[in-house]
Amino acid sequence: MIKKFVVGSFEDEKVLFAAVKNVRRAGYKIHDVYTPYPIHGLDKAMGLRETSLHTMGFIYGITGTTTALSGMGWIFATDWPLNIGGKPHFPLPAFIPITFELTVLFSAVGMVWTFCWLCKMMPGVKKHHFNLRSTDDLLTMVIECNDSSNTAEIESFLAQNGAIEINTQEAEEGWWFGRYDKEQKLYRTEEVGVGD
Amino acid sequence: MDNQYVTPSGYKKWSTGLMIVGGLTLILGILFLNPLAGAHGENVNGTRFWAVLLQNSIFWLMLVNIATFFIVINTLAMSGWQEAFRRVTEAVSSLVPIMGAITMVIFLCIVLGHRGDIYPWLDKNAVAHDAVLNGKKGFLNPAVYLIYSVLTIFLWSYWGKKLRTLSLKSDEEGPMNYETAKLFHKKMSGVSAYYVVFFVVTMGSLIPWLWLMSIDAHWYSTMYSWYTFGSSFVSGIALITLFVIYFKNRGQLEFVNKEHIQDLGKYMFAFSIFWTYLWFAQFMLQWYANIPEETIYFKVRLQGPYEGLFYLNLVLNFVAPILIFMKRATKRNYFIVTFMCILIIFGHWIDFYQMVMPGTVGQHPHLSWFEFGIPLGFVGLIMWGVTRFASKVPMTPRNNPFIKESIIHIV
Repeated sequence: MIKKFVVGSFEDEKVLFAAVKNVRRAGYKIHDVYTPYPIHGLDKAMGLRETSLHTMGFIYGITGTTTALSGMGWIFATDWPLNIGGKPHFPLPAFIPITFELTVLFSAVGMVWTFCWLCKMMPGVKKHHFNLRSTDDLLTMVIECNDSSNTAEIESFLAQNGAIEINTQEAEEGWWFGRYDKEQKLYRTEEVGVGD
Repeated sequence: MDNQYVTPSGYKKWSTGLMIVGGLTLILGILFLNPLAGAHGENVNGTRFWAVLLQNSIFWLMLVNIATFFIVINTLAMSGWQEAFRRVTEAVSSLVPIMGAITMVIFLCIVLGHRGDIYPWLDKNAVAHDAVLNGKKGFLNPAVYLIYSVLTIFLWSYWGKKLRTLSLKSDEEGPMNYETAKLFHKKMSGVSAYYVVFFVVTMGSLIPWLWLMSIDAHWYSTMYSWYTFGSSFVSGIALITLFVIYFKNRGQLEFVNKEHIQDLGKYMFAFSIFWTYLWFAQFMLQWYANIPEETIYFKVRLQGPYEGLFYLNLVLNFVAPILIFMKRATKRNYFIVTFMCILIIFGHWIDFYQMVMPGTVGQHPHLSWFEFGIPLGFVGLIMWGVTRFASKVPMTPRNNPFIKESIIHIV
């Protein structure tokens, strides 16, 4: 969905933290903050909820445990029982290493995919860049607008709060597969069509 | 100091009471368990007396010594988060000389009393007629045992004392600048480096072999020392955490908050899994290979009177910590952490019980007044020793160069 965003970029973490606090207090909706490196405490300042990644990790892990135990149990005890060194057909201690491996494998791979899903980042997935320098040396805060937002007011508010680069962009908020140039060109033509 | 810790009289009553319980149990044990009669077969009660003393003295000595080790590894890793509750760790480690002395007395009694029922290698006749014990004679003999034990306990106490003295001196000397802080850290890590190397040749290898594994002198396991270390490490952290929470509740340790408690909880969570890993590695290889002289160690534990303890051990020390400590919220809840600390200490006490008992009292284990009275005495001793140290020193090392790192610590 294409929306209007006011983008303000900051040079200093301290200024950014104060700005995030003020923007939230003023009631503007922060779409996201893009930084070139992880910043401690920024998630708390933005009021993001705790991630559910670890809960999913636990569920994936349990799935792995169940898969390994039931799989090996069915193969060695039901489908094709073999006498291996006089051990029981369901030798739990001997199954533990494989159960452990499968638990780790399921939770690790599952959490990687879930992480990709939550971040909307994956090979081939494209998202709009609000400011290319946010991958290098700028901290970019993006404020989401709706029809009744006064962009000029938001821009001046950001300027008061120490943003050094401010502009308003209309961009796709979600992600898409494909290429940047083509897709972004598409938006512009579509935008013109709607506007007229 | 305006906020000096003062031991409340109720606490003093408890610690003295527990020590009296322990002392009375010891006296009753001497009277009724016949510990001084010979070490030959029939005298199960005498064996039980020495085995319980051996189990408890080693267990609690290793527990308090872990506090020194905790300071040492955090100093060497330059991790500052421990400084906010450093005095608690030091208070626990101040018990090493006392516990060491008690342990040494018990060792002397066992070795000089030729208790062949505790350590089979003490019985000269048995060694002469036993090819395996004869082959191990160069290592398993009274001289090596006593000399190495004395050396170990002395150096653990000495370097622990040195670390405490250095740390306490920083309180008097006032705030540090860059140069003095650097020198302070250099001195600390110097002592720590000696200690950690010595720790490898004691706790990391030889000491568990001598003190515990030689009870089952025919059997051996290369995992044993690490497994014992894992057991004592996780319960040592639990002991430190208990006292951190206690002092926090008494209005001390102003810089300790839930972040520190959560990190201690993480330590217990991680090392419970570490302990299980070692326990299982030791168990599975021998179970799978199924060689009689190896599986005999697990046969007595898996079949017969120890079967319940064998599984209880796993439930208390693996299943409970991994399920309860998995969530962030439980590691930040003072009540659950306290409960888990007690559970873990009890669980690993049971672990040590099943390390010592099958090889000594064999098929006649007891878990009654004597087995529980003696550890209560040790608990009282630890409670007394920790507050004795804490009531003499400021509880926050204000001038420590890492203290700021500990204040702003976020998990």
